[in-house]
Amino acid sequence: MSTAISPIAPVGVGAGTLKAQDARSRRRILRDNFWTSLCVGLSFLTLIPLFSIVWLVLQNGLRLLSPAIFTQLPPAPGLTGGGFGNAIQGTLIMVAIALALSTPLGILSAIYICEYEPASRLANSVRFVAKLLTGIPSIICGVFAFSVVVLTTGTASALAGGVALAVLTLPTILLTTEQALLGVPKALREASYGLGATRFQTIFRIVLPEALPAIMTGIMLAVARAAGETAPVLFTAAFSQYWMRNLMEPTASLSVLIFNFSTLPYDYQIQMAWTASLVLMVLVTATNVASQIVFSKRKR
Amino acid sequence: MPEQPDSTGRTMGKVRRRLDLFLVITWLMSVAAVVTLLWIVVSIVLPAWPAIQKTGLGFFTNTAWDANRDRYGAFPFLVGTALTSLIALCIALPLGVFIALFLSENFLPLGVRQTIRFVVELLAAIPSVVYGLWGIAVLIPIVQKFGGLLSDRLGFIPLFKGPVFGNSTLTASLVLALMVLPTITAISRSALVAVPKTLREGSYAVGATRWETIFRVLLPTAAPGIVAATILAFGRAMGETMAVAMLIGNSPRLSWSLLSPGGTLAGLLANQFGEAKGLQISALMYAALALVLLTLVVNMIGEAVLRHAQKVTAGVR
Repeated sequence: MSTAISPIAPVGVGAGTLKAQDARSRRRILRDNFWTSLCVGLSFLTLIPLFSIVWLVLQNGLRLLSPAIFTQLPPAPGLTGGGFGNAIQGTLIMVAIALALSTPLGILSAIYICEYEPASRLANSVRFVAKLLTGIPSIICGVFAFSVVVLTTGTASALAGGVALAVLTLPTILLTTEQALLGVPKALREASYGLGATRFQTIFRIVLPEALPAIMTGIMLAVARAAGETAPVLFTAAFSQYWMRNLMEPTASLSVLIFNFSTLPYDYQIQMAWTASLVLMVLVTATNVASQIVFSKRKR
Repeated sequence: MPEQPDSTGRTMGKVRRRLDLFLVITWLMSVAAVVTLLWIVVSIVLPAWPAIQKTGLGFFTNTAWDANRDRYGAFPFLVGTALTSLIALCIALPLGVFIALFLSENFLPLGVRQTIRFVVELLAAIPSVVYGLWGIAVLIPIVQKFGGLLSDRLGFIPLFKGPVFGNSTLTASLVLALMVLPTITAISRSALVAVPKTLREGSYAVGATRWETIFRVLLPTAAPGIVAATILAFGRAMGETMAVAMLIGNSPRLSWSLLSPGGTLAGLLANQFGEAKGLQISALMYAALALVLLTLVVNMIGEAVLRHAQKVTAGVR
């Protein structure tokens, strides 16, 4: 396994020192082998937590998995039976609200900073702000939505949760769209202009169709991230035992259900948290994998 | 093709008007994107104002957080945030650098390395709340089991003083280490890969072994990138909320021991916002403001170091 390179003895070594040289070479090789095995060993060590997580989610999650879990309402604390259909509904609706807000904002401003005024002060500010937004903690998106929506409307709601997730997804969509647009060859634009197309026509008929797969990848990555987040929706959408009937009432989500049920002292609820984790992880992983497929199709 | 610009003057005018309108729309959206960040800060500062006026800078040094008596001090949560993030980095930094070395060297065939890289990337895709659930099931029993050993042997150090709790700063730090590992690995790896091949070849040519080359040539050259990775990971660790809130015990009492319950700023927000009223909301907004400013500053430093690092390696080449 180890591929240590044996050191070469320096030039002009006397016969008497050869033995010492030899011992030192062996020590150096030994030291190399030690570090190599440590490095390889530690790298494989990281597999353990991941396998442990996947294993526990599968083992505990599959136990309650049934069609009913997707269609029924959660049981009251201490009771058994039921499902978390309303949490799946809530997660999907809030992610949809988030996308409805962040996709136009992200894509249109990416078009501005890429196609219209790439070197302007505004474009540089947009890039800087997007970078900063990727770095702010996700719970701050929740605090923002709490202040802007919950405090003004007086209630936790799917709308507030959606706004929080919109702020969370905005930088991802903006930055990936910018990269997607940058990936469109300049020659295509020039050919379009050469045929007499306007800038608007070039953007809509040439650049955007060409960049669409990469933009879709960005949107899917944003969806995967938003669906898995708990902190932004925890106190903006809060939780509900019932189906969502309008956008202005507390709404359940998969991630908040996992958080709430994991701290309850009832076995059944904890089992349910594991099952919800399984559903959530399948959702997130499927979206991630789908985005990769879309992306690799583009490259082909 | 109805919008052919060279057909008639009228069509051209129409096209140009639409074009201008689209430019205006995209310009407005760009302004809105920039305004979002300012809006976030303003939306936190305004509700935080009553608490800022009432507690002032004492907010950051007071040790009591008592909503019943309307006394708010965030010092224990600042300590908890710093402590968990630092311990997490102490664990994740050596691990992440070793994995980055493993991925950039050729100890094992490419297929194996790509598998490990994929696995580390998967770690980043797991929702934080699932980490929390896993931590409750796996990490808490482990800490309960081995924490006693730690406090018996090293109890004279304040950091390891007993009694031992499962919901503790150490448990939260362990899960944080796992969560920032992908960040450190990915950035360190690209820093190592960016080191010019000629440097490595030169080192081999003068007789250095592989690890002598790694320690004396590759790591020093990639050091700025690894430092940037560490700073950015620190920023992530400070803001991480759910897994920490589920494992740390959320005690408002100041404690320097890793084995007793603690609290972080993000965890405080997650726990108390739902039921907060009156001045408590304001105090929580103040804490959120502190968290935003801390993470913004740390991330800006990290990005600056990263940009510097990329320039340095470009210069070496």
